[in-house]
Amino acid sequence: MPVSIDNSRVIYDALKAVNVRMMSALPETWLVHMIRMAEDDPEMTLVRLAKEEEGVGISAGAHFAGVKSAMLMQNHGFLASINGIVSFAMLYKIPLLMLISHRGDLGELDPWQTQGGIVTRPVLRALGIPTYPLSDPVTVPKTIRQAQALAESALTPVALLLTRDLMWEELM
Amino acid sequence: MSNELRAPGFESMPDPMLRAEALAAIYPQLAEEGVIVVTIMGAVAVELYNLGHRHSFFYLEHAMGLASSLGLGIALAKPENPVVVIDGDGSLLMNLGTLSTMARYAPANLTHIVFDNESLLSVGGFPTATSTGTDLTGIAIASGIPTVVRADTADSFTSAVKTAITGPELTTIVAKVAAIGPKSFHMDLALLENRFEFSRYVRSLSQSV
Repeated sequence: MPVSIDNSRVIYDALKAVNVRMMSALPETWLVHMIRMAEDDPEMTLVRLAKEEEGVGISAGAHFAGVKSAMLMQNHGFLASINGIVSFAMLYKIPLLMLISHRGDLGELDPWQTQGGIVTRPVLRALGIPTYPLSDPVTVPKTIRQAQALAESALTPVALLLTRDLMWEELM
Repeated sequence: MSNELRAPGFESMPDPMLRAEALAAIYPQLAEEGVIVVTIMGAVAVELYNLGHRHSFFYLEHAMGLASSLGLGIALAKPENPVVVIDGDGSLLMNLGTLSTMARYAPANLTHIVFDNESLLSVGGFPTATSTGTDLTGIAIASGIPTVVRADTADSFTSAVKTAITGPELTTIVAKVAAIGPKSFHMDLALLENRFEFSRYVRSLSQSV
């Protein structure tokens, strides 16, 4: 499975560096290494979810308690979480640091991922959620730091799209 | 579908307790210093608010189903403080996966109260599936919640809540209540006012993780 362990480590370490101590996640292929890193890290509270929308509540709880959190999900999980994002996080001004694997985008071979891939950015744009791609491991730490700063100063969800260039090592 | 379609052996409570009275009975525990309370929207929020608002009470006025997820997040982040979630049948049915997630991490400081009035009262009283036999107690047990209590009288409910708040295990308490709400749903508290005062209160408490 050519998911990049090195780049998963870069992302995970960048989250640790900005004091993320609670992480909600629902596994998908691109996220498995990061979830294992969280599981093996005694400093991280990992909350494995049944459905991604629960993660909005988990992150809100962490924020109310002053604990920094991040959400790991696939773009289809984001699509399944929209009511929670809108009528909890946006309504109540809760910062969310959402790391969303952007399946169904450039280079996707799985037909079932493509419809979600095509609508992800338009939906994020319609919601007014600041969205940035993570493509280059060199700039990942800075972008994560800046995204967390923006989420917390604006009290808004921020989406970081994990791209195939970053997560997948097989060339095509 | 009518209420006549019921699961075998299912019987509605003949004379269920009033949720407002059940809340009044546990109010001293909820209002205790250091106890954090999260409610769902609608009637139950108003009824708790009317008993006397505290900065430690947060009313999630939308995002149906997520109050329990919020309570789990707080309970994991503030392991030294009791957290009480006041849920309802309609909200819990909308996010049944929450029971499996709560059971998975089972924070000892979390108490999950479910007032089951078998209806979506705030939108006109349409019956939920608990009115036709869906058993939230059974679902909670099967989800792996370590202690699940069914408490349908004011006395058993009050004692179950007291035990759960001070006790060593995650507890879900399901209480059948009458589908009766307050006359007015007005609360003189803006959503964001509640949000910021609550967050300030929670952060003022003991150590987070």
